[in-house]
Formats: sequence, C-alpha cells, structure tokens
Amino acid sequence: MKEMLTIAMPKGRIFDEAVELLRQAGFNLPPEFEDSRKLIIDVEQEQFRFILAKPMDVPTYVEHGVADLGIAGKDVMLEEERDVYELLDLKISACYLAVAGLPNTKMNDVAPKVASKYPNVAAAYFREQGEQVEIIKLNGSIELAPIIGLSDRIVDIVSTGKTLVENGLVEYERIADITSRLIVNPVSYRTKDERISEIVDKLTDVIHGVRS
Amino acid sequence: MSRLFMFEKPLGMRDTLPGLYETKSIARDAIKSEMKRWGFQFIETPALEYYETVGTASAILDQQLFKLLDSQGHTLVLRPDMTAPIARVAASKLLKEDLPLRLAYSANVYRAQQREGGRPAEFEQIGVECIGDHTISADGEVIALLISSLREVGLPKFQISVGHIGFVQTLFQQILGTEERAQALTKYLYEKNYVGYREHVKNLALSSIDKQRLLDFLKLRGGEEVLSFANDIIENESGREALSQLHQLWEIVVAFGEEDKLKFDLTLISHMSYYTGIVFEVYSHAVGTPIGNGGRYDLLLEKFGKATGATGFALYLDRLIEALGGVSEETPMTCILFSDERRQEAYTVAKERRAIGEKVVLQDINGVKNIDACTNQYTDIVFLIGKAGRGS
Repeated sequence: MKEMLTIAMPKGRIFDEAVELLRQAGFNLPPEFEDSRKLIIDVEQEQFRFILAKPMDVPTYVEHGVADLGIAGKDVMLEEERDVYELLDLKISACYLAVAGLPNTKMNDVAPKVASKYPNVAAAYFREQGEQVEIIKLNGSIELAPIIGLSDRIVDIVSTGKTLVENGLVEYERIADITSRLIVNPVSYRTKDERISEIVDKLTDVIHGVRS
Repeated sequence: MSRLFMFEKPLGMRDTLPGLYETKSIARDAIKSEMKRWGFQFIETPALEYYETVGTASAILDQQLFKLLDSQGHTLVLRPDMTAPIARVAASKLLKEDLPLRLAYSANVYRAQQREGGRPAEFEQIGVECIGDHTISADGEVIALLISSLREVGLPKFQISVGHIGFVQTLFQQILGTEERAQALTKYLYEKNYVGYREHVKNLALSSIDKQRLLDFLKLRGGEEVLSFANDIIENESGREALSQLHQLWEIVVAFGEEDKLKFDLTLISHMSYYTGIVFEVYSHAVGTPIGNGGRYDLLLEKFGKATGATGFALYLDRLIEALGGVSEETPMTCILFSDERRQEAYTVAKERRAIGEKVVLQDINGVKNIDACTNQYTDIVFLIGKAGRGS
C-alpha cells in the first residue's frame, strides 16, 4: 500500500496545464477531474489527494505541511518566500513579471507610486534599482491603476501582452521570467522521499521530452 | 497603532493553560529523565545576554533578535538559542580540566517572527551539548540519545536525516575554486531553490563532468548506500574525511541498534552557521516543520576563548507536543466538597488520598455558587456535608 500524498493545485490558469502534465507523466487521473467543483479530490488508484487552492495560497499549504507537494508559479514563490523546496521547473504557464505604465511617461518626481498584486516583489525590485517608491497593493485589475492615476507604474505578470495593449499600457522593464514549479514541504521531502522522487523522475522525463 | 485590549500580549507571546501545561510537563519530564540517565547534567543560564557576545555568536538572524538596552547602555538580547550561552559558560567556567562535558537544558528561547504574527516568538527547547569531545562517538551518542528520548516520550514515528557541512563546503570549493563562488551556490541550497541551483550550475564555466557532479550532489539522499555514491562525486581528501566520519557515525548508530531511524541527506545544510561537521534534523510525520535539529560546532567555543569541539541537539517542545497529538487526557482528580461541620473529616480524607498519589481538591461548599458546574469538572466527587453519618 502506497502512502497517501496530498498535492496542492492552483485553481485557474495553471490548473489545466498542470493536470495535463501529470497525465503525460503517466498518472491515472479520472476524466471528470477538471470539471469537478470540489475543493478536495481523492484519486484512490494513485493514492493522491488533490486540494484546489488559490494560486497565491499554494506555497502556504505546502509550508505548513497540510499538502506534501504543490504546483505554484514562480511569481507566487518570489512574492511569498515560503520555506519550501522548489524542486522542478515544470515549464508550464510561461509568462513574466514586468513593470508597465502609460506610454511616454516618467515616474512622478514627488511621490512615485507603483501598484501591484506582488507588493514584495515590486518593493524588492525598486529597492535594487535604488528608487524610492510607494507600493500600493491591489488584488486584481491592476491595469486600472495607471489609467485612472492611482500609480505611475504597475508590476504584474504578462503572458501575451494583450491585456496591456488593450488598456493602452506599455511594458517598461522585465523583472523575471515565470513558469510553474513543483514545490515540496521540507519534512515530506525527507519522510516521503521515495514517492516524491518517483514523481519528480516521471515529471522530469516529460519535461525533457522523454515520454514514458 | 490601535489601542491595546487589556488582555493582549506582545506579538508571538503565548500563555500556557493548565491542560497544555500538564501535557508539556509530562513530555519534558520524560525527556529530561532520559537525558539524566545518560549522564547529562542540567544547567540554567540567564534569559538576557550581551548582544556583542552571545548575540553575535549565535547563528540567529539579526532581525530575529529581541534587543534592549541595560542601564549602562549596553545592548542586550533575549537569548535566541541555548547553544551559544552554554558555550559561553563551558568555555569560561566548566572546561577547566579539559575533560568532555555533558550538559543539558530545558529553557525558553526568543526569536522575533517575520510574518504571520501569531507564530510563537518564545518557545521552549530541550537539548544537550557534549563539549570537549572531538570524536564521532560523541556525535553518535547525541543522536542515539535523541532517538532514545523520543522513544521515551512516546513519539511513534520519526526520522533523523544526517548531513555533513564539511562535505558540501569541500565539494563546492574544490569544483568552483573560490569561497565566493561556493557561497553563491550554497545560497540556493539554503533557500531550498533547486531550480535556481540547477540553472546556476548550467551557466557556470565548468567541464560537463564537474557540472554533472554538482547536479548529482542533489540526489545524495537515502540510506547507507548514499555514502558510496557520494564517494564517487568527491575527489579530495577532506571530502573523503567527511564521508568517513558519516560512515563511522552509521556504524556507531548501528552499534546502538537504532539505524532504522537514520537516513543520510548530504544536501542538508542548516541556517545555524556555526555548524562545522555532522548536522541533522528530526522529523515527525505529523508536523510540517522539523521537531529538532543539531550537529557539530567545532569553532563556536573558540569565540569564548577555548578552542575545543562540541556537538549537541535541541528539540522544540511545542512542535513535539503537536507531533504527539496535542493535549493529552486530563488525569483523574477528586473533589471533596465539605461544610464546616465535617471539615476535620474532609482534611483527613484528603490527606490519606494525597498520600497515595491521588489529586484531591478541597472545596468549601459555601464557596461554590453552581454545584452542578463544579461537580462536572472532576472525575470523582465526595460530599462531606452536614452532620456526620448523613450525606456523602
């Protein structure tokens, strides 16, 4: 009998790609998996329990050990700085973190402001540039901020750049490339090492194009 | 800052209420007794130390230290760990004869927490330090004692992962050449960022063989066989020395008959920068963070004026209690409700029962407003009310 493993999955954008990757790696997930509205899905034959969490919360579940493994975007990892192992670059959901704003504008000299869903990443980036800016935390529709004058710049993830264009914004600097990562709790990494290694090996084969 | 509620405590500070207190003290006593049976002697050190001495010698990050000023203007710290204070005492007072010292402690340590305010900033550690013995026998002994203590306290399932700081350092130094470059790579290990580690290795100007060695290093986890894999990766004497130490340690733990609890993990490095040799962490399957850790620190005592080696471990009592399954059942307690007429009788009964180890509460019935609520609190109630011969 294999030991049960709990895996925290990010709802939304990354979820379908992550499920597809797990299937390619040879894990037997039921066909109705994606359509379920449940927050906890047990897959008996694989001894997996999936929990469906907000992407930003995945590292939190894993750090506290209620999930052994998780799939989280690098953007979330940078923002949250949780004490978890970042084992694999799954190379899915590629995008990047960028600084954007209205075209042909400069940062306000008196009170430069930056709006972001990633206040820690934004603060660290501008500190490294030697710029003192005020960081404004928003929870969504970040593109609004420069348009209506809340901030001079935004820090957000860009995948195709379409949202920026549609809202009349341009990209100024690229901060970091983002893909999804396989993360693991430090205790699980040691106490359930055999099962975790097996998953890592299977996923590694898929990522490097060796179909099993 | 908003106004404080009268019941509030500083961030990260906690009260321990009777149920938890009892559970903690049972666990603490079980572990302490075992440590004493192994000949370790308990000591206490002050909660406050000088920042310049113990504060800087301890490996806890500066922003995690609670600092304050004494009346002469010296900066003080609330001790962030017990290893540094014990090294101070040992070096200055106890190591006169140059004999190995076996010391133990159970004490609260203080670390300001960076995020999520509710995390404890004050927590109890129970641990031992074996000072002045440079042999691997000492490392083996503290690990065997750790296993034995956890058995005594009744923890069913746990695992110890052992690594070696010397192995990592010498492997990285030998391949990368400079300490600076070795540190850059170590940082990824420390941050547990293996993706970053691999990227970094790929971008280094190294032969493909050396790159592969650095990548294979991440796989050095498992049973005794890991040591021979490690032997294929390392190419210098000091690295082999580290492996031979781990091999000796394995033999020692086998001699203690405890090898089923032991695994090797050469990627294990600690945030405690004073470790120099064998390091280890203890995991319970029931808690998401290590319940204890330890290792060899051969350079720390030098800071306090006595160059000698030492090794030890510390258990986090709170996490251990969590691993044990939380607050245990309350032990039975009798309540004798008495009235004035039968006071003498009540006192006699209480004395007799206490003499055989029972817990007995004496309660004057006139002091109780709600008798039902009162009786529900206890496993057994004895009424000694009214004239003798009636009631009870």
